[in-house]
Amino acid sequence: MSPDPVLTDVWAGIIAFAVFGYIAMDGFDLGIGMLFALFTTEQDRTHVMNSIAPMWDGNETWLILGGGGLMAVFPLAYAVLIPALYTPLIAMLIGLIFRGVAFEFRWRTQRGKPYWDAGFFLGSALATFMQGVALGAILQGIHVQGRHYAGGWWDWLSPFSVLTGLSLMAGYATLGAGWLILKTEGDLQQRAYRIARACGIALIIGMTAVSAATPFLQNRYYQRWFAWPTVLGTAQVPLLVAIVTALFFYGLHRRWQRAPFLLTLALFVLAYLGLGISIYPYLVPESITISAAAAPASSQLFLLIGTAVLVPIILCYTGYAYWVFRGKVGAEGYH
Amino acid sequence: MSAALDPVLLARAQWAFTMTFHIVFPVISIGLASYLAVLEGLWLATGHEVYLNLYKYWIKIFSVAFGMGVVSGLVMSYQFGSNWSVFADKAGPIVGPLMAYEVLTAFFLESGFLGVMLFGLVRVGRTLHFVATLAVALGTLLSAFWILSANSWMQTPAGFAINAAGQFVPRSWLHIVFNPSFPYRLVHMVLASYLSTALIVGGVAAWHLLRHRETAEVRRMFSMAMWMVTLVAPLQIIAGDQHGLNTLKYQPVKIMGIEGHYRSYPHGAPFVLVGIPDQKAGRMRDALDIPKLGSLILEHRLDAPLAGLDTVPRQDWPYVPVIFWTFRIMVGLALAMLALGLASLAARVRGRLYVHRGLHRAALIMAPTGLIAVIAGWFTTEVGRQPYTVYHLLRTAQSASPIAAPAVISSLATFAVVYFAVFGAGVMFVLRLMSRPPHPGEAPPLEGTPHRSAGITPAPALHPGRAP
Repeated sequence: MSPDPVLTDVWAGIIAFAVFGYIAMDGFDLGIGMLFALFTTEQDRTHVMNSIAPMWDGNETWLILGGGGLMAVFPLAYAVLIPALYTPLIAMLIGLIFRGVAFEFRWRTQRGKPYWDAGFFLGSALATFMQGVALGAILQGIHVQGRHYAGGWWDWLSPFSVLTGLSLMAGYATLGAGWLILKTEGDLQQRAYRIARACGIALIIGMTAVSAATPFLQNRYYQRWFAWPTVLGTAQVPLLVAIVTALFFYGLHRRWQRAPFLLTLALFVLAYLGLGISIYPYLVPESITISAAAAPASSQLFLLIGTAVLVPIILCYTGYAYWVFRGKVGAEGYH
Repeated sequence: MSAALDPVLLARAQWAFTMTFHIVFPVISIGLASYLAVLEGLWLATGHEVYLNLYKYWIKIFSVAFGMGVVSGLVMSYQFGSNWSVFADKAGPIVGPLMAYEVLTAFFLESGFLGVMLFGLVRVGRTLHFVATLAVALGTLLSAFWILSANSWMQTPAGFAINAAGQFVPRSWLHIVFNPSFPYRLVHMVLASYLSTALIVGGVAAWHLLRHRETAEVRRMFSMAMWMVTLVAPLQIIAGDQHGLNTLKYQPVKIMGIEGHYRSYPHGAPFVLVGIPDQKAGRMRDALDIPKLGSLILEHRLDAPLAGLDTVPRQDWPYVPVIFWTFRIMVGLALAMLALGLASLAARVRGRLYVHRGLHRAALIMAPTGLIAVIAGWFTTEVGRQPYTVYHLLRTAQSASPIAAPAVISSLATFAVVYFAVFGAGVMFVLRLMSRPPHPGEAPPLEGTPHRSAGITPAPALHPGRAP
């Protein structure tokens, strides 16, 4: 049996949605993990950690779903991308392990607490950096021969991938600061505003640099962005970025509470859209298209049945959990 | 290239290492989730506080084991791509959806209801809370269902075709999911989880009995655990025997390896008790065997002829020295479990269950043996599948990623260091929780820790100044 174009498109949409869901949701709690080092008193640290306690692990499950789903419905892309990203992915997993267990263990020991706190910060930073590096490595191109990755195990490392890694760190940190503004009050919130401003500036610098470099990585990207008349459409993306950025800093200045987080998310949506414009219709740029990587229709259909039933339910109770734990958080957890 | 730097062997070592760590936690999660459901059911039915206290005690341990299972499972889900990308490409259309279903059901039932289960008794009321406990137990069983289906398909592939690109593509999902070895493997594994958990619960209870910390809760859990061992150990031996007969039918070469039958026996094969498998020479050395018993066990006839590895090309042999011994470790431990069950039954009949110190010592020593048997069993079935990943269809050597040996060896070393540090700490926390007996007025898991809504959830915080 061969792939079915409609099913393949549906699945491309679902995987894209799951990946963005992961970025949006785990992004802010990884960001808070990185900002954790800026808070030194035990009360602040508890406060900060409590603000993401109910959500972070549910958020991370989307990563498993993204990886597992990719293997099931686009096995060729999975088989090429994962070996190409061997080192960054393993480093990311190690970071996530430390961060995940630090969450559980720091409450249970006095003596070991500083170590688990360090693990929480370093794990979050490492996982974020490596996710950004992986993105850069995919964008800059992967050496493929036949159905295999044909590059070396350090191919992923380049000035460009380091730039995307650092930019993502700035991005997640901005999201995290936005989340803190949303979830805290008083002095802690005021600090979060200042942190959001600093991280936001870093994010904009990073985004600009990555956007400026990307069209020159490969000729097709350049064509995609600057060819006439598509430029009329693609030019809207940087325009919107400029508007959202202006609103973001204005909102910080006026001490808006919800807007900084939501506007940062909007920046991520736009960046994701820009990424899609560059890569589409490829899954592995320049070598494997979405349809070439697709699994047979019967595989995609079999999994679609369960996904169509379960994912909406999961989304509902994820939404419900966010609703239950809405509002401000205190040192004792959510009131 | 030297054998030590063979990337395929390194990739296999990495899989074996991370899997051996991982498997322990799901086994405990499956067993404890069902145990918790039974405890809450008994509490609701009888109103005895003892059951509620035991529930609150074991849920803390459950949550740590569950969390470590999720974290170590995350690594497994990416390892198909990192070290076994050719396998992922070729078998992805079949194995991929099965594992994605595992994630979906685990995510849905376990993570979703775990939050309610851990923090909801006061908030949601008894009935809904019991439903949540049952949902989590069901979720762990469904996880086992999908994972074992995927694994069994690799052992006894069915319901597939091979396309032009060399990929396995599904023809009948019914035949894929319910492939020939799956029902046996599922029953064997679920029973193993129950038995391992019963031995752990019994061992913890025995520890407290030996130290004269005899709360009603300690006694009740010792009694429940020993009933479980008494009943499940013989069932498990029967299930294992049936699983073995299924293997003989579909993977006879694996059985030859397990039995140490390098040569054929046209007039009835012996059962080799112990011996030294010499893979190079292709024979058993210093074997101590019982004539004809091998044929009796496998074919239920004394004189049934049994073919040996001499009928199989050497490049298709599994590595006998591993599976010969891991199988014997598993069976030996099973017999010890059977003996423990019978001894506890005898003590119970004579009314000495809570005072028989010899029995308590034996139960304490036996506490980790369920897990050891599980690991030995998995080594038997997985190493016995070699030299294939998909039996008879895809060779292990042709399944690996095109990744250089230094990359695999670095990641293996990193995982080793990280796993010992992280899971070592986790096991220490679990042991610390176990070192305190369950008692009347057992605290719920919430105190002092942050609220959670879903997923991995903490055991109670250790308050400075409060006895752990």
